[in-house]
Amino acid sequence: MNRQVTLRVNGVTQQHSVEPRLLLVYYLREVLGLTGTHVGCDTSQCGACTVLLEGQAVKSCTILAVQADGAEITTIEGLARDGKLHPLQTGFWEEHGLQCGFCTPGMIMAACQLLERIPDPSEAQIRHGLAGNLCRCTGYHNIVRAVQHAARKLLETKQR
Amino acid sequence: MAAPAVGSRIKRREDPRLITGTGNYVEDVTPAGTLYMALARSPHAHARLRRVNVKDALQHPGVVAALTGPEVRQIVDSVPCVVDFPDLKKPKWPVLAVDRVRYVGEAVAAVVATDRAMAVDAASLVQTDYLPLTAVTDPERALRPRSTRVHAEFKDNQAWYSLTEAGDVDSAFREAHVVVKQRLVNQRLIPLAMETRGVVAQYHAASGLLTVWSTSQNPHQLKSQLAALLGLPENQVRVIAPDVGGGFGSKIDVYCEEILACIFALRLGRPVKWIEERRENFQGTIHGRDQVDYVEVAAQRDGVITGLKVKVIADVGAYWGFFSPAIATSTIGLATGCYAIPNFRGELYEVFTNKTPVDAYRGAGRPEAAYIIERAVDLVALELALDPAEVRRKNFIGGPFPYATAGGMSFDSGNYRAALDKALQSAGYQRRRSEQKRLRQRGRYQGIGLSSYIELCAIGPWEMGAVRVDAAGKVTVLTGTSPHGQGEETTFAQIVADQLQVAVEEVAVQHGDTAVVPAGIGTYGSRTTAVGGSAVLNACLLVKEKAFKIASHLLQVPEDRLTFAQGTFAVKDAPDRAVTLAKVAAQAYTGSVPGAEMGLEASAYFEAPNLVFPFGTHVAVVEVDPETGEVKLVRYVAVDDAGNIINPLTAEGQVHGGIAQGVGQALMEAAVYDESGQLVTGTLMDYAIPAAEDLPLFETAFTVTPTPRNPLGAKGIGEAGTIGATPAVVNAVMDALAPFGIRHIDMPLSPERVWRAIQESAKARPARRRGPSARRRGS
Amino acid sequence: MIPAAFEYEAPATLMEALALLRRHRGAKLLAGGHSLLPMMKLRLAAPERLIDISRIKELAGIRESRGGGTIVIGALTPHGTLESSALLQEKCPLLAEAAAVIGDPQVRNRGTIGGSLAHADPAADLPAALLALDATLTAMGTSGARRQVPARRFFRGLLTTALRPTEVLTEITVPVLKRGTGSAYEKFANKASRFAVVGVAAVVALDRRGRCSQVAIGITGAGPKAVRAVRAEAALLGREPTAANIAAAAARASAAVGDALSDIHASSEFRLHLTEVLTRRALARAAARA
Repeated sequence: MNRQVTLRVNGVTQQHSVEPRLLLVYYLREVLGLTGTHVGCDTSQCGACTVLLEGQAVKSCTILAVQADGAEITTIEGLARDGKLHPLQTGFWEEHGLQCGFCTPGMIMAACQLLERIPDPSEAQIRHGLAGNLCRCTGYHNIVRAVQHAARKLLETKQR
Repeated sequence: MAAPAVGSRIKRREDPRLITGTGNYVEDVTPAGTLYMALARSPHAHARLRRVNVKDALQHPGVVAALTGPEVRQIVDSVPCVVDFPDLKKPKWPVLAVDRVRYVGEAVAAVVATDRAMAVDAASLVQTDYLPLTAVTDPERALRPRSTRVHAEFKDNQAWYSLTEAGDVDSAFREAHVVVKQRLVNQRLIPLAMETRGVVAQYHAASGLLTVWSTSQNPHQLKSQLAALLGLPENQVRVIAPDVGGGFGSKIDVYCEEILACIFALRLGRPVKWIEERRENFQGTIHGRDQVDYVEVAAQRDGVITGLKVKVIADVGAYWGFFSPAIATSTIGLATGCYAIPNFRGELYEVFTNKTPVDAYRGAGRPEAAYIIERAVDLVALELALDPAEVRRKNFIGGPFPYATAGGMSFDSGNYRAALDKALQSAGYQRRRSEQKRLRQRGRYQGIGLSSYIELCAIGPWEMGAVRVDAAGKVTVLTGTSPHGQGEETTFAQIVADQLQVAVEEVAVQHGDTAVVPAGIGTYGSRTTAVGGSAVLNACLLVKEKAFKIASHLLQVPEDRLTFAQGTFAVKDAPDRAVTLAKVAAQAYTGSVPGAEMGLEASAYFEAPNLVFPFGTHVAVVEVDPETGEVKLVRYVAVDDAGNIINPLTAEGQVHGGIAQGVGQALMEAAVYDESGQLVTGTLMDYAIPAAEDLPLFETAFTVTPTPRNPLGAKGIGEAGTIGATPAVVNAVMDALAPFGIRHIDMPLSPERVWRAIQESAKARPARRRGPSARRRGS
Repeated sequence: MIPAAFEYEAPATLMEALALLRRHRGAKLLAGGHSLLPMMKLRLAAPERLIDISRIKELAGIRESRGGGTIVIGALTPHGTLESSALLQEKCPLLAEAAAVIGDPQVRNRGTIGGSLAHADPAADLPAALLALDATLTAMGTSGARRQVPARRFFRGLLTTALRPTEVLTEITVPVLKRGTGSAYEKFANKASRFAVVGVAAVVALDRRGRCSQVAIGITGAGPKAVRAVRAEAALLGREPTAANIAAAAARASAAVGDALSDIHASSEFRLHLTEVLTRRALARAAARA
């Protein structure tokens, strides 16, 4: 039996009737058309589907849409504010932190939480904080650089 | 004058869409009325397929149609393989299995439904009746006379055999001071692009046009293949590879799912979409590597290698993929590495087994070769108690170039010693060696490993590039290559920007749509820059030629009195008499230039005259925990030579990612089948690829030895990291374990394997200098 | 990737959940879903009905018991909350340490202590810690009666616990570690799944003379269920935690495992070896922190 869910996604309230088995990632992608969040595995390893749920990084392929009923969700599409890229987005661009780009949205969302928790992370902390996200293109080298870049920018903004 | 764009670290122009979640991957394409396809797959590695019944599946709500093998065989009789060799056994690969299944995951039926979940539900309702047969899983056993045959129509499982010989191998071995032998395993790997495969097929009956969105690395080849298979004229098939989430070779092949989606779309007149699940990707997408290699090296006392014998047993799986038969031939071709080894014998056995087909995976035959020769060189060094760097130096090819190798290759250019020296210097090799000694005294086992690899790239036959300057002076570039992460929207713009003296931002590069790009081959084998970039460069030259003609008309001087600099054509000795490219372009579209056609555009085909051979030296430093067998990669230095580099930022990126995949093979990745042919490592729960914590920052540098074989002087950098990294890391681990007298461990060097090797060696004994399978002569 | 269809309920109270559980025998409880949903996506599990207990407020939160001495953790507490809990870090750091190495950050945000314990994956991290802490698990049956099960009696076998099909695990009680008590968790992780190949939790208390007055060792991953290494504990009890004494005790740890698991990631022999190595390391770190 379908169930009614109400979520706030990227600041917009959404209400839909969904099958209980619908995964949050498919709700975002197919019901809302927010295709920036990707599916990379069946088993909650790759992290390509990472979004923020109540500000916390979660794998949206391992959450039912009905479980997220009432929650506030941020996806990669909701990260830029007023047409201005988030420092993590510019960081990934500046430091060549992506190649095929498929893992990138999830990687950026996981990094969001990381910098929220540790504003000035060491290289080891960055690698540890991204343990739930796999990338097959970059060897993570420039991803680490990208997160460091963003951390610097965010700290500068705060100090100002 | 602005700095040239080529050689500059220019950030990528494809990134804005990808970092904002507004890229367009195949899974994002859902035309109105789309139906979803799901497949039923064989749970058996080898079985007689006695019955496939889709009746229940068809009755499931939302199901529109279903297909089974016999019906599909009437339309398409085999998944294509484009390689033909004399005496190659070439079985048909049914699109959906008929009568027999030959690997776990082989598709047996397809259903389409109005929604994805219903399609998946219905596929699970397909009724099948299998009679399991003995599975052939070990390639060496598969070669035995009485082995079960994978294909009953052939007398044995040997799919192909080749012998390559040069010089006098037997004499070289007779006269050698030492002979070193080793059996090596290049284990089977899963390519694992983060985006799985997918296809959307849409048929427009009124116009007769079939449009296919595919996660392809080579949409033009897919277009030609689909047209031929389905009996459609090529000009009625359009293939679009939109943003593609990595491929590493696994998205070259034409797969059964693409064919099936098209058949359904043609039949039903509605778009049909299939997106591979990761579990399907493990079973149904091609695998990489999987060789057992026997190497024997003959060497003199001073470390000079005089002879090499290599026997490659390549497990190709159950059927031939698109390029499969050719993959292991590169292993033979490059087995002598970048060393002057005059006497060589290479034997290649390609063998059918009941496993997923093997095809091109990043490196595709070359990493296997580098692993064989680079491990062998280290074993020679160990045997003779020489420094591995010294043995490499002694054996490097010194030229002159082109250099004909014993493996039958013609090396274009190279300075192997320079790359080695630079790598050793960057790594602080001598200091590292003393540090290693110091640590060993404290019970810590650090190892330093080298690999001086060679690779081949710029595979032909050709590539197409087109350049159009519009009336406003903006430039559009079309390329038949199909980048999926490599960044050619940026690097090709750099090439064009320099040629036409415009800003990189004014150049738009289009690719991946056969209706937009008139012709092409695709992106694989590190060919994109060398072949595709050269085509674009040649198209620029043609455009310039025409622009000179127009400028000459505008300025009323002969062409040979004109110069072109900073985007402006000027009269020599009268620089105030000048006209910009934009002005020339505007003129081109007025049609008022005598003797010149309208427009300012040109296309060019670049035919690769011969292969090019990048090279380099990688240095890995590892530390082994002898208690747990864990290997930690602590430092990594890569010096690569890919000729001229278009964009160091993206070239480094290619090296980084390549290293990660090479490290993955060395330390953790393995597609494991059990005796019955089940893929035991069937998901990411069991198959590990490197995560951020498994790797250090990499130190990369380049030496530059341009190739004379293309106008860019560029070689290829896409696979270099993978080729260099695997042997460097394994050599480093073996170096760390030398005090235990350990000579070799097969990959992946998992903690348990390392721990076991330590257990089995005599622990406290000092390093043995002689390996168990080596023999020494005449001393 | 797509689970088979099921019915879904999201009760707001424990009593409602228990009533649903009584009514629907084929129902499965859903907390964070990080053990169940992956299995459902691969269709290795296909329950007819899910009872989502994640909205039940009574099952949330970490608090110190009234009289002190114990910490009570609601079954719905996510691993990430255990990891970052100041209360646990100060008074029962072993649990925070073990929680911090579960899966990855995203998994820790959603996976819950109750869900993980009820699932009883033999490679889960928390069972080792709970055993070493002599934790108590509280379950509530359909009648509303509470039942307390010591951790040592909770883990029965591969994916099997003392929990009855009609019970809900409600809270976990762990002791506040006293002054002079140290603890540590050592994990050898499977690089693919990030589960423990072997994990060892140790609690060591030292008396005034520097001898071990309490030794508790919990082992996970090595065998079909998490166990206490009783003989290894006894070997160290009353002795100084010298390297030699610790090594001698650790050598007895693997005996507790019984039939060790064996798979492509680690043979039983290697698991038993790791058990000894990790026990030694965990004991040494725990003693150093005591």
